Amino acid sequence: MTAEFGLAALWLAAALAALQLVAGALALTERAAAMGDVVRPVAVVQGLLALLAFAALIRVFAVTDLSVKLVALNSHSMKPLIFKIAGAWGNHEGSMLLWVTIMGLAGGFVALVERRLPERTMLATLAGQAFVSLGFYAFLLIASNPFERLDPVPAEGNGLNPLLQDLGLAFHPPTLYIGYVGLSIAFGFAIGALVTREVGPAFARAMRPWVLGAWIFLTLGITAGSYWAYYELGWGGWWFWDPVENASLMPWLAATALLHSASVLASRNALRAWTVMLGVVAFSMSMIGTFLVRSGILTSVHAFAVDPERGSFILALLAINIGGALTLFGLRASTVTEGERFAVVSREGALVINNVLLSAILGIVLFGTLYPLFAEALGAKVSVGPPYFNPMTALFFVPMLVVLAAGPLLRWRRDDLGRFGKRLFLPLALVVTVALALLLIGGVGVLPFVGLAMGAGLALASFLPLRDRNLRRTPLPIWGMVTAHFGVAVALLGMASESAFSIEKLVAVHAGETTAVGPWLVRLDAVEPVAGPNWTALEAKLKVRYSDARPTTMRPQARSFWAPPQQTSESALLTRWNGQLYAVLGEEATDGRWQLRLWWKPFVTLIWLGGFLIALGGLLSMFGRIASDLRRIVARGKIAYRRERQGR
Amino acid sequence: MSAPETTRPAAPRWAIWLPLALFLMFVVLVLVGLFRPADREVASTLIDQPLPQFALPAPLPGTPPAASADFAGGEPKLLNIFASWCLPCKAEAPQLGQLAAAGVTIEGISVRDTPEALKAFLGQNGNPYKRIGADDSGKVQLSLGSSGVPETYVIDGRGRIRYQHIGEIRPEHVPMLLDKLKAAR
Repeated sequence: MTAEFGLAALWLAAALAALQLVAGALALTERAAAMGDVVRPVAVVQGLLALLAFAALIRVFAVTDLSVKLVALNSHSMKPLIFKIAGAWGNHEGSMLLWVTIMGLAGGFVALVERRLPERTMLATLAGQAFVSLGFYAFLLIASNPFERLDPVPAEGNGLNPLLQDLGLAFHPPTLYIGYVGLSIAFGFAIGALVTREVGPAFARAMRPWVLGAWIFLTLGITAGSYWAYYELGWGGWWFWDPVENASLMPWLAATALLHSASVLASRNALRAWTVMLGVVAFSMSMIGTFLVRSGILTSVHAFAVDPERGSFILALLAINIGGALTLFGLRASTVTEGERFAVVSREGALVINNVLLSAILGIVLFGTLYPLFAEALGAKVSVGPPYFNPMTALFFVPMLVVLAAGPLLRWRRDDLGRFGKRLFLPLALVVTVALALLLIGGVGVLPFVGLAMGAGLALASFLPLRDRNLRRTPLPIWGMVTAHFGVAVALLGMASESAFSIEKLVAVHAGETTAVGPWLVRLDAVEPVAGPNWTALEAKLKVRYSDARPTTMRPQARSFWAPPQQTSESALLTRWNGQLYAVLGEEATDGRWQLRLWWKPFVTLIWLGGFLIALGGLLSMFGRIASDLRRIVARGKIAYRRERQGR
Repeated sequence: MSAPETTRPAAPRWAIWLPLALFLMFVVLVLVGLFRPADREVASTLIDQPLPQFALPAPLPGTPPAASADFAGGEPKLLNIFASWCLPCKAEAPQLGQLAAAGVTIEGISVRDTPEALKAFLGQNGNPYKRIGADDSGKVQLSLGSSGVPETYVIDGRGRIRYQHIGEIRPEHVPMLLDKLKAAR
C-alpha cells in the first residue's frame, strides 16, 4: 500500500505543478489577476506532496519491500538499516524523486517567505519553477516510476554497490542535490525577471540568499565527495576529473560567478543582463551535469544505467527548459536597460574579470567533459584526464587568484592604481619570499610551486579588507567574504603541498617487518580475518610511529561483500596536525608477504579544511544578509506602527 | 592607465545569442551520441563467460547433484533456476517438459527449498531435470548474475554461458531456446 500511496502523492504533486504553472501564467494578464492568490499555497502543497512521496519510498526501502521493483533491484534484506534507507536515493529512480522533492520544497519555501519582489515577478518566477518541475514529474511518472511493483516477487534483492555502503556517502548525494536543485530558484528568478523586465538591485538582493544557500550545499557536497573518493577508492588521490566530479564542479563555478555578479548588481546596479544569464546558466549546468551522469552517455563509475530512452527523455527536458530560457534571454536581454558605468580599475572591474575567468574555467571543464563524446562522434575513442585539465584550468585559475587577492581591496566605481599597489605590497612580499625559499629547497614542480607561493600571499591578502575596520562593527557578509577567500588559500596550500611533498611507497613485507615512509616507521604485525554485517575482510594490523612519538595502530582492510559479491579496499588513515598517513592493504604474494601501499601526505587535510572554510564563509554571509533583511522588515513595521499611533 | 576610462560591459548583439548557440551545439552532439548505431545492447556480463564454479548437494535421493563440471561434456545444456515456492516456475513446467521430451538435457538449481516441498512440486508438475542442486543460501544463484526465479541459461559444450533467459519460459520461447541450443553446438 505504501508504494501506491507514494505514487498517488506524486501524481497529485504533478497536477498541482500544472495548476501552479497555469494559474501563475494567467495571473500575469490583467483579466485573471485574481488567479495569483492560489499560486503561493499551491506551491507549498506541491512541495509537501513530493516530500510525502519521498517518505513513502524511504519506507519501502527501510522495510525491504521486495515486491517493489526498485527495492528488489537495489536493496537486500541483510543490509544495515542506514544503508537500506540510503539505498532509496542510491539509484536512478530514487535520485530523480529526491530531485523533484527538493525542487518542490524549495519552490514552496520561496512561495512562503519571499516578499521583497514585485508580486508579478514572483508569480512569473513560481510559474517558471512549476514548468521545470512539471517536466521532471513527467519524467518520473512516465519513464522512471520508482514505485513500480514486481511480479513475481524475488526471494532476495540484488544489493547495493558496496562502494556506496559508506556513511559519508549515504548523505553525500542529498547534500549535492540540495545544491543543484537550489539553483533552480535562481533559474526561476531569472525567468521571472525576464518576463516582467524587472532586473535591478531588488532582484539581486532577493536572489542572493537563495543562491548562497544552494552554493553552500554544493561546496560542502563537493568537499565531502572529494574526501570520500580519497579514502574509499584507495587510490590516494582527491580529485580525478571524473565526469561526475565535473558535473558538480560546473554548477559550482557558475554559482560562484553568479554570487559575485549579483553583489555588483545589488550594490551598484550594473551587470544586469550578465547576472540574469548566469542565473539561467547555473541551474542549466546542474541539469546538464545530471543528464550527463544519469543518461550513462559518458562512461563513469557513477553512472547508474545506460538507457538511451531515458537519456532522450531528459535531453528533451533540457532542450525545452534551457533552450527556452536562453531564447527568452536572447529576446529580452536587449530590452533590459543598461546598468551603471564604472572604471576598469575598480571593485566592479575586478568582479567582472573574476566572472570572465570563472566562466573560462567552466568552459574548459565542460569542453573536457564533453570531448570524449565529441571525439566518439568523429570515430575516435579518447579519455580526457589530468594532463588536459590541470594545466588548462591553472592557466585561468592563477590570474583569478590575483584578482581574488586584489578585488576586495579595490573601491567601488573607480580607484587609483598607485594607492592600490601600496595595499598589495605585503602579500606580494610574502609571495616572493616563499618563492625564493622554494627555489632554495628545489625539486618542486611548476604548479605546486605557483600554488604554494600564491597560496601564502592570498592567505595574507584575504585578511587585508579587515584592516582599518572596527572589527566589532564589521558586517557579517564581510567576515563571510574574508573567511571564504581565506578558505580558497587554505585549500590551495593543501593541494600544492600534497602534490609537492607526498611520499608514496609500495612494499611487500612479511609480518614483523618494518618499513619507512617519510618521517614514519611502519611495522606489519599481522593480517587477520574479520567479519562485518554483510562482508568479511582481511585486516592488516600496522604499528606506526611518527619519528619519536608513541606508536599507534592502523587497520586497513581488503573487504569482500557478498551481496552483490565485490571486493573493496578500506584504506586506513592517521591524521596528524601536519598531514595524513594513508595505508592500503593489497594482495598476498606467494611467499607469504603482503603488499602494502603507503603514503605520507603533508598538510593534505588543508584541502578539505579549505572547502569547509569556503562553505562557512557562505554561511556567515547568508546569515548577515538574512539578518539585515529581517532588521529592515522590523524597522519598517515600527515606522508603520508609529505612524498609525500618531494618526490617531 | 593614467586616465581610467569609464566603461560599461555592453555586449554586441550577437553575443546575447551565443549561449543559446552553444547549448544547441551541445544538444546536437548529445543526440548524435545517443542515437549512433551503438553496441549499447545491455547483455549480462556473464554472456560468453565460463559458468562460475559450483558443486551443489542433491536435495532428493535418486536425482544426482548438479555441479558446474557437468557442463563441459561437449553437449549444450539448459540450466534452470527454480524453486517450489515460485509460481511462474509452476507455469513454465510444461515447457520444460516439452524441451526435455525434445531431447534437451536440463539441469536444475533449486533455490532456498526444502526436500519435502521440492518432492511435492516435482510430483505435481513433472521432473524434467537430469540433475538438481540445492542452493540453500542463494549464493550460486547470485554468482550466476540471477536476481530472481525462474531463470534459464543456455550453456554450450565447453561450459560457457551463451544465453540468459530471465523470467518464465512461455510456449513461444521453446523454439527460440531450441535454436539457441543448436547455435551453441
